[in-house]
Amino acid sequence: MNSIWTITRMTFREAIRRRIVLTGLILGLCFIIIYAIGFHFIYISFRGVESTMQNAPSQQALAHIADTEGINALLLAGLYAVTFLSIAMAALLAADTLAGEINSGTIQTIVTKPIRRSDVVIGKWLGFAFLLLLYFLLMAGGTVLSVFFQSGYAPRNLLAGMALIYFEDLLVMSISMACSSFLSALATGGVVFGLYGLAFIGGWIEQFGAMIQNSTAVKVGIVASLVMPSESLWRRAAFEMQTPLAGALNMSPFGTISVPSPLMVGYTAAYLLVTMMLAIRVFEKRDL
Amino acid sequence: MDNIPAIETHELRKVFGERAAVKGLTLQVEQGEAFGFLGPNGAGKTTSMKMLLGLIAPTSGSASMLGSPIGDRAALKHIGFLPEHFRFQEWLTANEFLELHGHLYGMDSNELKARISELLERVGLTDFRDKLLRTFSKGMLQRIGLAQALLNHPKLVFLDEPTSGLDPVGRRLVRDIIHELRDEGTSVFLNSHLLSEIEVTCDRVAFIRHGEVARVLELASLDTNQSDVLIRAGGLTEEVTSGLAKWGKNIQANGETVNLTISAESALPEITRYLVAKGVEVYAITPQRVSLEDIFIETVGKDGSL
Ligand SMILES: Nc1ncnc2c1ncn2[C@@H]1O[C@H](COP(=O)(O)OP(=O)(O)OP(=O)(O)O)[C@@H](O)[C@H]1O
Ligand SMILES: [Mg+2]
Repeated sequence: MNSIWTITRMTFREAIRRRIVLTGLILGLCFIIIYAIGFHFIYISFRGVESTMQNAPSQQALAHIADTEGINALLLAGLYAVTFLSIAMAALLAADTLAGEINSGTIQTIVTKPIRRSDVVIGKWLGFAFLLLLYFLLMAGGTVLSVFFQSGYAPRNLLAGMALIYFEDLLVMSISMACSSFLSALATGGVVFGLYGLAFIGGWIEQFGAMIQNSTAVKVGIVASLVMPSESLWRRAAFEMQTPLAGALNMSPFGTISVPSPLMVGYTAAYLLVTMMLAIRVFEKRDL
Repeated sequence: MDNIPAIETHELRKVFGERAAVKGLTLQVEQGEAFGFLGPNGAGKTTSMKMLLGLIAPTSGSASMLGSPIGDRAALKHIGFLPEHFRFQEWLTANEFLELHGHLYGMDSNELKARISELLERVGLTDFRDKLLRTFSKGMLQRIGLAQALLNHPKLVFLDEPTSGLDPVGRRLVRDIIHELRDEGTSVFLNSHLLSEIEVTCDRVAFIRHGEVARVLELASLDTNQSDVLIRAGGLTEEVTSGLAKWGKNIQANGETVNLTISAESALPEITRYLVAKGVEVYAITPQRVSLEDIFIETVGKDGSL
């Protein structure tokens, strides 16, 4: 237990010393500032439209609904970007971790200490999970708050949605770490983004399939989601956070038509667990 | 505990793809012994060491360290290791680096603090305590790596070419440290190409070639066993020269010099008296110790093929 904690602290310190935390912080802040400004101007024009309809109460109510739908779509768009950025962070953080240490040989004095090799994997995983949590909270929190402070709007099921997106980060990080136990950092990056692309395309095929009611296309999408469940987590998160109206009308661009079931979330949890168990096993067996 | 060998291997073998890097390594290192592991480049020294440390899984065979099977955590607690390609967490300071490795040994903070100061002093890096390893030179890294290998007061230390990056002062330092370790009863397993260094630090050496032990040698025997003697003298006749056969063999005369192999040092005064009695003008009688280098080349061949 102690050695896991030692490795976690080392991972954290490495991220700070190698300026990963700093760059993440700066880029994250840039993102939030741009998003907040962009939202500000769009929101002002919404208000402008609403104020011209001031006289009739029924019109005002209608305008308010449109308003909410617009804000929600903007928020989901922002969160979608946050998802992508935090996934990229997850993939990059973990891609070099085992591969890099094996390649440089720094791992040799670590694993010849009286610790388990699995302690190294678990310790690093915890370190990255914590770093990603900070990064994600900064980005997603900044996005949600910049909408909330300007418009007073907060989506429903915010916590569930956020948890699902963070879960997606953990998934990608775990896959990246697992690949890093036997591939080079570069190859790991290739595999992880390849899988992400597959899930992305699979997700859209499933969406369109559902829209045109083509069950084969939906199945193709589902298979892609089983191979790499990342995108389905995002779609579940979007489903949780979209407005009830958008859900009913299938109209939000970032909302979702074919909704991954809670079972999919359970599947993803099992997927993550198996991935990490494989990573540990491969790392335990391999020559260093 | 005392009777358990520090290292015992039996037919340890490692195959990389088609090629056997180590084929059947069987050897034993006693506790408290400084053991040199010699052989040409690519002979399988590093691979053997890594198998003992659990870094590389043997293809077949078995080995134990301090009585435990390889990779056993109880044994690793008492083992120190300086790798051949000493690359460390360059984003840590010297102090943090040693702290990290001390924590991995499970040492408690107070004990560790004192030990770190002691070792930094020992390897001459006290002034660099708070400098990042990124800024260290190769030799400084090797020194800090050596300190790292000694943190836990190990019972057995593995050093893979520990002086490859060191200046002459650093080499002397490593030699002294190995002597100290041996005096404290610590076993040392040393890979090195610097034979003069091995000669003064090790009790025994194994020569390996193509992944096999070609020869194991007690270094103390180098001094007392037979050795060559070079005699330089004026007025050597054939008769005088052949008379030397009484004390030695392989007599080779060449003008003013004679080379012969004697079986004991005690022959030297007798030879001197004999030569003087024969009226020969003796300029020098020099024992020619067989160097480890001679034995190395004799054992592994001088063709240099790997
Ligand atoms: N990971 C590996 N994959 C394939 N072959 C390897 C690997 N590591 C070592 N070898 C091969 O095994 C043989 C022994 O290598 P090793 O590093 O043990 O030699 P060494 O005796 O330490 O040599 P040196 O004196 O140059 O350090 C070499 O032929 C090397 O090419
Ligand atoms: Mg070597």
